[in-house]
Amino acid sequence: MGNVPTTVKHCLSYEQLIQDYPWLKRWLLEEKVGHEFPEFVKIVEVGPRDGLQNETEIVPTGVKIQLIDMLSGTGLPVIEATSFVSSKWVPQMADHTDVLRGIQRAPHVRYPVLTPNMQGFQDAVAAGATEVAVFGSASETFSKKNINCSIDESMLRFKEVINTAKERQIPVRGYVSCALGCPHEGYIEPSKVSEVAKSLYELGCYEISLGDTIGVGTPGSMFKMLQSVMKEVPTNALAVHCHDTYGQALPNILTALQMGVCVVDSAVAGLGGCPYAQGSSGNVSTEDVLYMLHGMGIETGVNLAKVIEAGDFICNALHRETNSKVAKARGRTLGCVSVRENI
Amino acid sequence: PGRQCLSTSSGQALPEKVKIVEVGPRDGLQNEKTMVPTETKINLIDMLSASGLPVIEATSFVSPKWVPQMADQVEVMKGIDRKPGVSYPVLTPNLKGFQAAIKAGASEVAIFGAASELFSKKNINCSVDESLQRFDEVMKAAKEFGVPVRGYVSCVLGCPYEGKVAPEKVAHVAKRLYSMGCYEISLGDTIGVGTPGSMSKMLEAVSREVPVNALAVHCHDTYGQALANILVALQMGISVVDSSVAGLGGCPYAQGASGNVATEDVVYMLHGLGIQTGVDLSKLMDAGAFICRTLNRKTNSKVAQATCKL
Repeated sequence: MGNVPTTVKHCLSYEQLIQDYPWLKRWLLEEKVGHEFPEFVKIVEVGPRDGLQNETEIVPTGVKIQLIDMLSGTGLPVIEATSFVSSKWVPQMADHTDVLRGIQRAPHVRYPVLTPNMQGFQDAVAAGATEVAVFGSASETFSKKNINCSIDESMLRFKEVINTAKERQIPVRGYVSCALGCPHEGYIEPSKVSEVAKSLYELGCYEISLGDTIGVGTPGSMFKMLQSVMKEVPTNALAVHCHDTYGQALPNILTALQMGVCVVDSAVAGLGGCPYAQGSSGNVSTEDVLYMLHGMGIETGVNLAKVIEAGDFICNALHRETNSKVAKARGRTLGCVSVRENI
Repeated sequence: PGRQCLSTSSGQALPEKVKIVEVGPRDGLQNEKTMVPTETKINLIDMLSASGLPVIEATSFVSPKWVPQMADQVEVMKGIDRKPGVSYPVLTPNLKGFQAAIKAGASEVAIFGAASELFSKKNINCSVDESLQRFDEVMKAAKEFGVPVRGYVSCVLGCPYEGKVAPEKVAHVAKRLYSMGCYEISLGDTIGVGTPGSMSKMLEAVSREVPVNALAVHCHDTYGQALANILVALQMGISVVDSSVAGLGGCPYAQGASGNVATEDVVYMLHGLGIQTGVDLSKLMDAGAFICRTLNRKTNSKVAQATCKL
């Protein structure tokens, strides 16, 4: 016990001193304190599509439209509106045309929709879509089980969609699922993720969203995966789509930001459970991401209080509690001074 | 997996080892609505001892008038199976508590200071300086008995009454506790409002006054920021993290909201980073499942909730 020995150690050894006081070394060498973070992060709101698609309760078209309209008023720059996939497979998105036609499109907000194939793409364009997205997988087994074809075969399908989209000057976003692990294959090699990301980018996707589909990633695996992908795709064309199933989403996002990624996918109220871990959470909640980013001085253009309102609305409609810790805490604080300068 | 070379921009690598200080049986249970029988507490601590945790905060020698959940402090202390190599610190808010703790067999104690004057007044009815003076007696007695003392600083990233807390104030209180003789200072984000932004500013200020290897972080997950805050702390050289099995212990300032970060989730992250903790995650999850069954509540740990196998 006691700190005298430490003081003596410091007097006798410069190495010991700078080991115990890392700030001193940084100060002496005039190194930059802290990390380089992006000044601005673009949030891609996937609640109305990825979120609602994975909720057990099906939501009426009117409610979907109202949710998207509320989100449009928050400052979110991108809101994934719906999915033009066959209603046989995804009944929750059966009203895709009505939703896309019913929403009030805010200026400066983009409303991408999923289009897994040419049929979906054509329906999307007919319904007024101005941006689309395609989904690839870093896992062969997941690809086969999810869309009934190999990764290479899926790329051929997407090539058709992307080429047609190019002709019509419709931007295409590419997703890579299972970027940090697969429910069937387990560990996924970072090189496989970069291979698929590169294919999508070279086919013409303007942005590649790397998805931790089952939320098993940690800052360790996120770092390794991004290091690999960044060799093949420019960092400013990358996004991370983290699931919070194991509570790792925010530290994983933080790691991605430290590596220069500045686009983050999230879902209002953390909508959408994990289909591979029943009862567990899925998407990271937009409110919690915003709280972190704003606390770090990073701009997003989004009004957190309005997102919380939209979250409250959809949770009421779904008869469920929010998955957002920020929304939970804000709703229940006893009469104390607000320290939440971020809200 | 080998050690992860995830480094900071200044080239500092993450620690190879992190010491987890398990606060579930004390901080956790103290903030649960349901009171837990002595036998259950003892079982919990024994299960945690078996999971490899190096430090388990066992109980609190505070008057049962104020904290009835810890009224069985002596029985708990005497009833647990102390695993060799594991520390079982107890809270001792004053000399009387210290004496009772020693009598019950405690071999490590902890004291609490606040970085916010208002919080100190509302919580223990005196100023921060006055509270530190009270602890002088405890420190003297602890020195005589050769008992190590851990210091806690609460409200390091925000106060429910004052709002913002200046990093310099946190540094001042941490320095006082360290110079009084505390071997380690645990910096607590009591209401969980901190973010990687405020965490790094606060740690920058504190690490100028206290060696980084004598610092620990005690993050609350009320706003979901705990793991991100812990990651930043690790990147700044911190290698001691407080957490609570199953995320026991809600937040008394935001009813129904979560409090302590869950040990399972912390361990999952650390192991994913290749950092050693000595903890067996599945045995830890067993302990969490046990206490949640007894408390008849769902776990706050996301790792425990997920049934997905990888």
